[in-house]
Amino acid sequence: MTILIDNNTKLITIGITGKQGTFHTLGSQAYGTKVVGGVTPGKGGTIHEGFPVFNTVREAMEATGANAAMIFVPPAFAADSILECVEAGMPLAICITEGIPVLDMVKVKGALVRSKTRLIGPNCPGVITPGQCKIGIMPGQIHLPGKVGVISRSGTLTYEAVYQLTQRGIGQSTCVGIGGDPVNGSSFIDILEMFNNDPGTDAVIMIGEIGGSAEVDAARWIKKNMKKPVVSFIAGASAPKGKRMGHAGAIISGGDDTAEAKFKILAECGVTLARSPAELGQTLESVLKKK
Amino acid sequence: MNVHEYQAKELMRKFGIKVLNGHVAKTADEAVEAAKKLGGNIWVVKAQIHAGGRGKGGGVKLAKSLDEVRKIASEILGMTLVTHQTGPEGKLVHTLLVEEGCLIDHEYYVGLVLNRDTSMVTFMVSTEGGMDIEHVAETTPEKIIKVAVDPATGYQPYIGRRIAYALGLPKEQHREISSFCEGLYNLYMANDCSIAEINPLVTTKDGKVLALDAKLNFDDNALFRHPEVAAYRDLTEESEKETEAAKYGLSYISLDGNIGCLVNGAGLAMGTMDIIQLEGGSPANFLDVGGGATKEAVEKAFSIILSDKNVKGILVNIFGGIMKCDIIAEGIIAAAKSLGVTVPLVVRLEGTNVDLGKKLLNESGLKILAANDLGDAAKKIVAAVKGA
Repeated sequence: MTILIDNNTKLITIGITGKQGTFHTLGSQAYGTKVVGGVTPGKGGTIHEGFPVFNTVREAMEATGANAAMIFVPPAFAADSILECVEAGMPLAICITEGIPVLDMVKVKGALVRSKTRLIGPNCPGVITPGQCKIGIMPGQIHLPGKVGVISRSGTLTYEAVYQLTQRGIGQSTCVGIGGDPVNGSSFIDILEMFNNDPGTDAVIMIGEIGGSAEVDAARWIKKNMKKPVVSFIAGASAPKGKRMGHAGAIISGGDDTAEAKFKILAECGVTLARSPAELGQTLESVLKKK
Repeated sequence: MNVHEYQAKELMRKFGIKVLNGHVAKTADEAVEAAKKLGGNIWVVKAQIHAGGRGKGGGVKLAKSLDEVRKIASEILGMTLVTHQTGPEGKLVHTLLVEEGCLIDHEYYVGLVLNRDTSMVTFMVSTEGGMDIEHVAETTPEKIIKVAVDPATGYQPYIGRRIAYALGLPKEQHREISSFCEGLYNLYMANDCSIAEINPLVTTKDGKVLALDAKLNFDDNALFRHPEVAAYRDLTEESEKETEAAKYGLSYISLDGNIGCLVNGAGLAMGTMDIIQLEGGSPANFLDVGGGATKEAVEKAFSIILSDKNVKGILVNIFGGIMKCDIIAEGIIAAAKSLGVTVPLVVRLEGTNVDLGKKLLNESGLKILAANDLGDAAKKIVAAVKGA
């Protein structure tokens, strides 16, 4: 068992005829993902790289039975594509696009509450279930099928964690990049809950960052609900204060948003810390041995 | 992106938000002209820089005659204003805002910002106006009242009532504060703000509600649809290196250490800085080359890192997903040759096309310390810089 995607997933790419969309659709297919088509308004009825192209998401779903969408649409139009997935009732939408205006995502977030669609991202590397299905831009070859779940706000740090696991012969059940934007579709808690209920996952690596309180919320949730060990690293302990975030933003998140504060609360909630990003693999290995 | 107070107020007027009358001045003569145009017998001369704490730093002064306006304007123009937000190097003042005076009754704080926890734009108001709001949040958090605005409904009259009662305003000012807040919310949403902060918002002796100061910050990702706001950009207020980096799609932030970092991805870039610090070193910068960097962008990244005279060594850490290792290698080789890199260079490559990238570096004849993994890379660069 895995979460979100497996070898029954049927994928369409929104923005399939673009350069990035084409490249990563072919990459996902080469990994073994069942790609059934794509959407580019105005190019419906054509065939692109062997994939049927449709004008709308609804049309693509009806014709192909797709149950997942990968979104490669420029930032100005990406929120519109997510909302189109919501309207069509697409079960899973994974948005890779970076740089979507925050207020667009505020509106999307409101619409998601009333919908059947699960959104992963935006500004994320995607989701991969090693050996079965890859939806996104991650290098597939570093992954290994297995029983460790990975959740992260950062793309390349996820690769780092996965690589360290694979080097030690520890495989992954599913790896989920939830994205680095202030407003995103799925939280750490959403994904932790899925791993908690997944018999194919034995332990979880959670990679967070400074800013916001998502990791702190996750820590408290873990303490209350999580039946499996969690290892965590928070990036940004060395980042200078106030360089990125406006003051009002830091205040509203309640002051728990430094790396130190997050490490502390995670430890209090029973999470095993990796203080260095180079120690994620070995920390998880030692946790599995203790089990 | 930040804008100046006078620009923020210009935009606020367009949304019907009450501010004091004022004019911009670049010389002492213009300041006197501005005061004459405004009339009255009391004016405030305010330095226009992108930082708070201007009053305490001596950048905001009251003038009671035209001669005093001239004297104060001459003093402030050309001064290097140091506040708690400018850093010790301060900021050079080349623009003033001359405003009419007013008789203040009470000062309040009104802020509008995205609450990441709820994904809703949220008002934060406090009776502790004119104070450093971070200090209020730390010492008396109960004095900050938060009211979220549902994006589906937008601003509603009850929000104004909540704020009016929270601030303890008299009944006759309720309508005014509500229309002020509605205007601010409309401005925020219409222009993709990321912060709108009015500190202080004041009530005057003659019963008006208006913004004495104003700070607006805009979402860089949305500037493409707001050419009017984008035109407010003042490049003299921004770091030259950060602006130059942005032209090449690089995200660069200068720090105090001596180990230059070139990394792909913001998370890994922060993680690399963290591990350098854990190994006893100190990062000179944050630099994310992004996912689609070209050979030219990598070359540019090197030249920006090397323009920092404190840099005694460079760590390149690339985990290629979209980013291909051979492109990074080509950029490193081109930069090392054209810029003549003399400081120790540690390179760690992993991911897409890693073998090709390593081969290119090996065949280049450059003196590069290859690292096997992240931990190894950090140890090697810290040792190399300490040994140098």
